[in-house]
Amino acid sequence: MIKGKVAKVSGPLVIANNMSGVQMFEIVRVGEKELFGEVIETKGDLASIQVYEETEGLKVGEEVISTGNPLSVELGPGIMGGIYDGIQRPLKALRDMQGDFISRGISVSALDKNKKWLFQVIAKQGDQLASGDFLGFVQETLLVKHYIMVPPGLSGKLLEIKEGEFTISENIAILKDSDGIEHNISMMQKYPVRIGRPFTDKLQPDEPLITGQRVFDSMFPIFKGGTACIPGPFGSGKTVMQHQLARWSDADIIIYVGCGERGNEMTEVLIDFPELKDPRSGRPLMERTVLIANTSNMPVAAREASVFTGIAIAEYFRDMGYNVAMMADSTSRWAEAMREVSGRLEEMPGEEGYPAYLGSRVASFYERAGKVKTVGNPGRTASLSVIGAVSPPGGDLSDPVVQATLREVRVFWGLDSRLAFARHFPSINWLISYSLYSHEFEKYFEKGELKSFNNIRKWTLKVLEEEAELQEIVRLVGMDALSPNDRLTLEVARSIREDFLQQNSYHEIDTYTSLNKQFLMLKVISTYEETARLAVQKEVEIEAILALPLKESISRMKEIKETELEKLENLAVKVKELITGLVGGRA
Amino acid sequence: MITKEYLGASSIAGPLMVVEGVKGVGYEELVEIKSKDRFTLGKVLEVSGDKAVIQLFESPQGLDPQSLRIHFTGKSLRLGVSLEMLGRVLDGLGRPRDGGAPPLAENFIDINGRPINPFSRAYPNEFIETGISSIDGLNVLVRGQKLPIFSGSGMPHMRIAAQIVRQAKVLKSGESFAVIFAGMGITFEEANFLIKDFEASGAMERTTVFLNLANEPVIERIAIPRVTLTLAEYLAFNHNYHVLVILADMTNYCEALREVSAARKEIPGRRGYPGYMYTDLSTIYERAGRIQGKIGSITQIPILTMPEDDRTHPIPDLTGYITEGQVFLSRALHRKGIYPPVDVLPSLSRLMTKGIGAGKTREDHSDLSNQLFSAYARGREARELAIILGEGALLDVDKKFLRFADVFETRFLRQGEYESRSVIETLEKSWQILSLLPVEELKRVRKEFITKYLDKYLSQVGDVQEENIL
Ligand SMILES: Nc1ncnc2c1ncn2[C@@H]1O[C@H](COP(=O)(O)OP(=O)(O)O)[C@@H](O)[C@H]1O
Ligand SMILES: [Mg+2]
Repeated sequence: MIKGKVAKVSGPLVIANNMSGVQMFEIVRVGEKELFGEVIETKGDLASIQVYEETEGLKVGEEVISTGNPLSVELGPGIMGGIYDGIQRPLKALRDMQGDFISRGISVSALDKNKKWLFQVIAKQGDQLASGDFLGFVQETLLVKHYIMVPPGLSGKLLEIKEGEFTISENIAILKDSDGIEHNISMMQKYPVRIGRPFTDKLQPDEPLITGQRVFDSMFPIFKGGTACIPGPFGSGKTVMQHQLARWSDADIIIYVGCGERGNEMTEVLIDFPELKDPRSGRPLMERTVLIANTSNMPVAAREASVFTGIAIAEYFRDMGYNVAMMADSTSRWAEAMREVSGRLEEMPGEEGYPAYLGSRVASFYERAGKVKTVGNPGRTASLSVIGAVSPPGGDLSDPVVQATLREVRVFWGLDSRLAFARHFPSINWLISYSLYSHEFEKYFEKGELKSFNNIRKWTLKVLEEEAELQEIVRLVGMDALSPNDRLTLEVARSIREDFLQQNSYHEIDTYTSLNKQFLMLKVISTYEETARLAVQKEVEIEAILALPLKESISRMKEIKETELEKLENLAVKVKELITGLVGGRA
Repeated sequence: MITKEYLGASSIAGPLMVVEGVKGVGYEELVEIKSKDRFTLGKVLEVSGDKAVIQLFESPQGLDPQSLRIHFTGKSLRLGVSLEMLGRVLDGLGRPRDGGAPPLAENFIDINGRPINPFSRAYPNEFIETGISSIDGLNVLVRGQKLPIFSGSGMPHMRIAAQIVRQAKVLKSGESFAVIFAGMGITFEEANFLIKDFEASGAMERTTVFLNLANEPVIERIAIPRVTLTLAEYLAFNHNYHVLVILADMTNYCEALREVSAARKEIPGRRGYPGYMYTDLSTIYERAGRIQGKIGSITQIPILTMPEDDRTHPIPDLTGYITEGQVFLSRALHRKGIYPPVDVLPSLSRLMTKGIGAGKTREDHSDLSNQLFSAYARGREARELAIILGEGALLDVDKKFLRFADVFETRFLRQGEYESRSVIETLEKSWQILSLLPVEELKRVRKEFITKYLDKYLSQVGDVQEENIL
């Protein structure tokens, strides 16, 4: 144990002397109040420490004590459905201990050490096991089977394993390693947050993460194990979209990190998620969700740690073989926390005052996403998808955090304040957004029922591009100058935008759309275009087509329930009939 | 506790003072500074070895560094709080400026406050009727929300604030209300206008004003928002008050923050404002809210003037990233003579969805507001096109949207400074003006609501049109 003394206090940064021998990223307890801190720089006998709690009142000369451990998360049954701060202190326990306002120097364990869980065995006595192998499992919630794995770094022969009710600190197994040393294993393990968990192989994502959000799934899809970012100015819909992803994505496990954002947004999740039902299992969404809440007014260094705490928990569940999705709202606040600490360290600033290592930190975060073959037996493939919101000043995409993120992620959902002002939600700008999974998307749909999804998707994007060009012309010379064909294109594009892309998160039906329904909706609009195009060719007046009583039913496709999708098929038929009827009328 | 007193500071530069040879000084500790004729306060911004950097809360003018007696109190800056503060006008540190006796403190509370545990928060969902259509209809204010007004110099933000204070009500009775107004760097006339208005409406007896005027030292405004919110928390969470906090002008607060940062020679962030301004502002704005199991609430209306009406300026930008929406004022509407000149399109209330609907306002409220927003946006687009190409170049339907936009501004947005519209009146007005549009264009409204409400107003269309022509 190393004992030093505080030499300087400046906000969340403390410099301590007499610290030789302390390790980088080691956790230390600072001062009389034993505040949590992490060593982020060492120089001679000086250590720079970022302190995860308010440093108010801390004095020069107070003691700093090393713990010998890096910042770690506690992993085990009891973690699901919890809400933690940036260094995994359970907010409920903090409330119970200190009331409604967060105070300092409280040491509280992340997981409940008294609760008993029914441990069911998988491995057998005498088995030769390595890290990651399943020992057994706990049915933690109805949605989540929590596998107990041999902790990283351990392997050997299973001398003993016990089925029954245990707390997470009780031993459930004994493993004898090759040196003959016996290791007691409990259901809880600790793992350092800044180091990625090992895996056997990285695989190419080949399955879309279905989000139920039309603009994502149909236009700019993300894949399981993929990365995406949502940059946009305030009020453009980053948080609502992150919430939607957490609600409706077809992942097994959701880790939601509220990083330096609003308190009430976390409260909203806490209120909504226990009541919302997973569309696949019908179970409350909270049963598969872990929340990390380090709001803007909570200590800034713990905000920096929060995304790592989140991703460390995410990787743990990935290793069980699950498809995990993690949302971080907002990664800009995380970068700003780095900037603040870096500034106080008087490091050489890079662009906009961000530290020069901003890019490599962002990269090392997103690199932890991926589809993998996990370590351990039985062999399993699993994925961790990461979606980060980015909050650039003034919505300006040249912001260093946006740029560093765009270099790493494969899907870009660009929000647009003009769309938000007109209440076109989600205000994803379809002209600037992209998904580098388009190719995988095509491959995925080549087989299977929704084969023509590929064509219809391409068609949709094309119409929207054409619209942008036509609108330029309209702005110069007015609508009258357009040919009937162009008028039709504009009408179809309008319909794609308003009747398909716009999706109201607060509407009970519209909030989630299955892939099948998305396809059928687009099919209706494309049928409209196809038949109308033919009619125009046959010299039907464009006004006559536009005047058909179809707009209303098309605009209300969103309100059609998932159980009544035949209505969409019928609508496509009706569209065809009505428009073709005009041709007949002329002939 | 041993009190530590030192003679002489080694330097004073702007709002900063450096004292050397100190021992056992705590970060953020309150410092009392005595000169022969003055008593000044400061706080420790940094301690390093035997050196303490102190930020002064009051102007250093006339202070001679050598002769100062500097006393480190071992405590943070605390505000003596009490119910007696209602009805009073105080300075930035809570001392009387109305000639009255200092209020007797019932408790002393650290002005920095502590973050509300997100797990303890109760979600704000109680509708506040402000009587202003552009707010109640489209950017609803709820109890416990932080909803700023983004304004510009010369615009009527103070009058709107006063109108909200006069008219705001919740559809419940038997509750205690209080208003706390923090004036930071505002002019005497502005302050006077508000105080007179509070007095005239009888609101003053349940109001506390903390004031630092434009001609008074800048650094004296740096403590005001935290002092204000400390009293607000005391009233809300110890005495069950529903507190409305008005912070004006946050731009002036941020200027003071920048001044301190510059004096410390910190690496400036965007446009010279400190990189930690987001965090600093959040520790002010996040002090709004409700707490489970507590009756009281804190609702904040920060007011800020955007330098050069630039909404990407760091002050409105960072504010918008923290607050739960924003009400933008538009200079164009103001010039057209429309009061209140609320630019509804960029305005937003993030807490609206849970504060409205059946049982709160009316079932059709959400759909109606979506419809008004999108129709007005389309009307504004048509207006722009008409400016370039002439109205004749518009399609018939776009002409209707253009007309809708005009009527929306003159009949919906515009209202009297003393006109309080109930939310039902606001919704009815919405239907009336929406009836100017072809019914198949009302896609944002559920069919059942159209059947239920629209017919009722269709008969009044003629009426709307005529009035507008007049
Ligand atoms: N998909 C959506 N459906 C309906 N409303 C939305 C949607 N996305 C955003 N909004 C509206 O926009 C507001 C701001 O969205 P939010 O996600 O909080 O913005 P940001 O996080 O980018 O600041 C929300 O409060 C809501 O009113
Ligand atoms: Mg957000």
